[in-house]
Amino acid sequence: MGNSIEVKDLTLNFGSISVLKNMNLDVAEGEFVVLLGPSGCGKSTLLNCLAGLLDITDGQIWIKGKNVTWAEPSERGIGMVFQSYALYPQMTVRGNLSFGLKNAKVPQAEIDKRIARAAEILQIQPLLDRKPAALSGGQRQRVAIGRALVRDVDVFLFDEPLSNLDAKLRSELRVEIKRLHNQLGNTMVYVTHDQIEALTLADRIAVMKGGVIQQLAAPLEIYNRPSNLFVAGFIGSPSMNFLKGRTVDGGRAFLFGATKIDLAGYDGGAVLERDQAILGVRPEHITVSTKPPTGPSIPAEVEIDEHLGADSLLWLKAEGANMSVRVPVEGRLPAGTKVHLGLDISKASLFDAKTEQRI
Amino acid sequence: MADTSMTMSGPRGAKPRKVLSGRNIMLYGILIVVCVYYLLPLWVMVMTSLKGMPEVRLGNIFAPPVEVTFQPWVKAWKEACTGLNCDGLSRGFWNSVLITVPSVVISIIIASVNGYALINWRFKGSDIFFTILIFGSFIPYQIMLYPIVILLREMGIYGTLWGLIIVHTIFGMPILTLLFRNYFSSIPEELFKAARVDGAGFWGIYLRIMLPMSLPIFVVALILQVTGIWNDFLFGVVFTKPDLYPMTVQLNNIVNSVQGVKEYNVNMAATVLTGLVPLIVYFVSGKLFVRGIAAGAVKG
Repeated sequence: MGNSIEVKDLTLNFGSISVLKNMNLDVAEGEFVVLLGPSGCGKSTLLNCLAGLLDITDGQIWIKGKNVTWAEPSERGIGMVFQSYALYPQMTVRGNLSFGLKNAKVPQAEIDKRIARAAEILQIQPLLDRKPAALSGGQRQRVAIGRALVRDVDVFLFDEPLSNLDAKLRSELRVEIKRLHNQLGNTMVYVTHDQIEALTLADRIAVMKGGVIQQLAAPLEIYNRPSNLFVAGFIGSPSMNFLKGRTVDGGRAFLFGATKIDLAGYDGGAVLERDQAILGVRPEHITVSTKPPTGPSIPAEVEIDEHLGADSLLWLKAEGANMSVRVPVEGRLPAGTKVHLGLDISKASLFDAKTEQRI
Repeated sequence: MADTSMTMSGPRGAKPRKVLSGRNIMLYGILIVVCVYYLLPLWVMVMTSLKGMPEVRLGNIFAPPVEVTFQPWVKAWKEACTGLNCDGLSRGFWNSVLITVPSVVISIIIASVNGYALINWRFKGSDIFFTILIFGSFIPYQIMLYPIVILLREMGIYGTLWGLIIVHTIFGMPILTLLFRNYFSSIPEELFKAARVDGAGFWGIYLRIMLPMSLPIFVVALILQVTGIWNDFLFGVVFTKPDLYPMTVQLNNIVNSVQGVKEYNVNMAATVLTGLVPLIVYFVSGKLFVRGIAAGAVKG
């Protein structure tokens, strides 16, 4: 069956500033889509447009096969959860949950039934008669989710719901949201700047920058085959290593400084010979050895050795460029050690330096 | 993380402080002097109003009355003459009530809705509208007096209570709108968005979400308006006629009447009576007033 949300050629201008540019986005029924990007990329703005809290300049928004471009927020069949919880402070939890239903003139018996169900799912039954001020951050966000839940809608919109919580609570609620999605099967659109949330929650991630979706794909696809330099650099921590060089031998090899790297096994399009190319390799796809390996390798020197617990990070200098490599704990090396780097070309990404697109 | 196994040993609690330190003597000394300075006029007024005329003429204005009499108060309220009317301040009191209550209620209702709309329902030109409104508070009243007289005359309400009420409402608008706008801007915008998703409209959000959260600022507005309008003299004397003069104008007429003896005790009683309403408002809601001013000051 069809899509739950369809955004068609959506454009939004604030005065002369263009915030969203000719955007198209389809979200399938029951899909969990995360809008990810740095601040000011337009991800929250897009969500507000979907919710009907911002009037768009051009384009159309369809939800559940209905054109809701000019519909009021309450008529769109959406529930929304905000970063600051946005609970009504003067009402009890029960009052917060029932406010929208009373506005929609839902009969009292039905209201009670829905609140009981939401409270059970979110385990907030003991809190129903408390005021928001008497709740902890995690409890407040649960109530905020409950407020979307009781509306009995098809689409949930989350606007950075976990950003105000501390790290431990954040990971707990993250799992809970995922569980909720599995249980309810609703369509969910989730805005965040936290790539861990994006990678763990999403069916598909839309990486945004400057009001444009840079890439829309499954988390692993985004991680392994970023479509351009921005996506490659934004996803992953520490960031992907970018080696500036050029492709030679009709596109069969990459020349980085004095080292020629064989591109056999590269997972991408026709490489061809390019004057300016960038080879992107993630820190965990590089091997470090103190003895020169048999094949070609990049000579480097260890600068800093960071111990992260489960593994360590080596920060190296190779051909004048800074690089980071993730190694197992037993692979730690003191600063100043001369090493040789081997790259896993099958998991690397090659970019054209001029267009910044993946080859 | 602090080590919880380490417990404090030895003396606990705050160190006892010396009561008669140099700092305390200075502090309380100045406070007492300032209190006396501000309370002395009130003392003189109340004492004089409780004396009979023979005792007043002795001239010991600080001395308490030898023989306490409430006659001056009764006279000030019921019998003092202003022009042809000899029914005391009571007429002016009820006029002031009839002027103040509607002016305060109407101006606060309109200004709070203004402030709410200017923050949460921005429209094209709302910022310009607000700027012009604020600019209005910088124009001296004197410039507007004559044009308003003409305006009210053309509307056929010159010299009526409703004319004066409209004038008070309009002149309260800039400062009150500013007050409410700044207070509402400190309420998180997401709350407003959540209410819209929940299907509440313009009035629903105003009445059910904004209003219950804004009690302190309503108290501030209430105090500002009650004292401002109750104490107003200029508009009262310009826009009404003698029958409808507010209490302040009548007080002036009693105190400044040239015929007969100057009855200082009656004048003092009349003055205290006139100041009673703002005084009571301050005492009752002072605490909320401070809270509201502070809350509004956080943002905007």
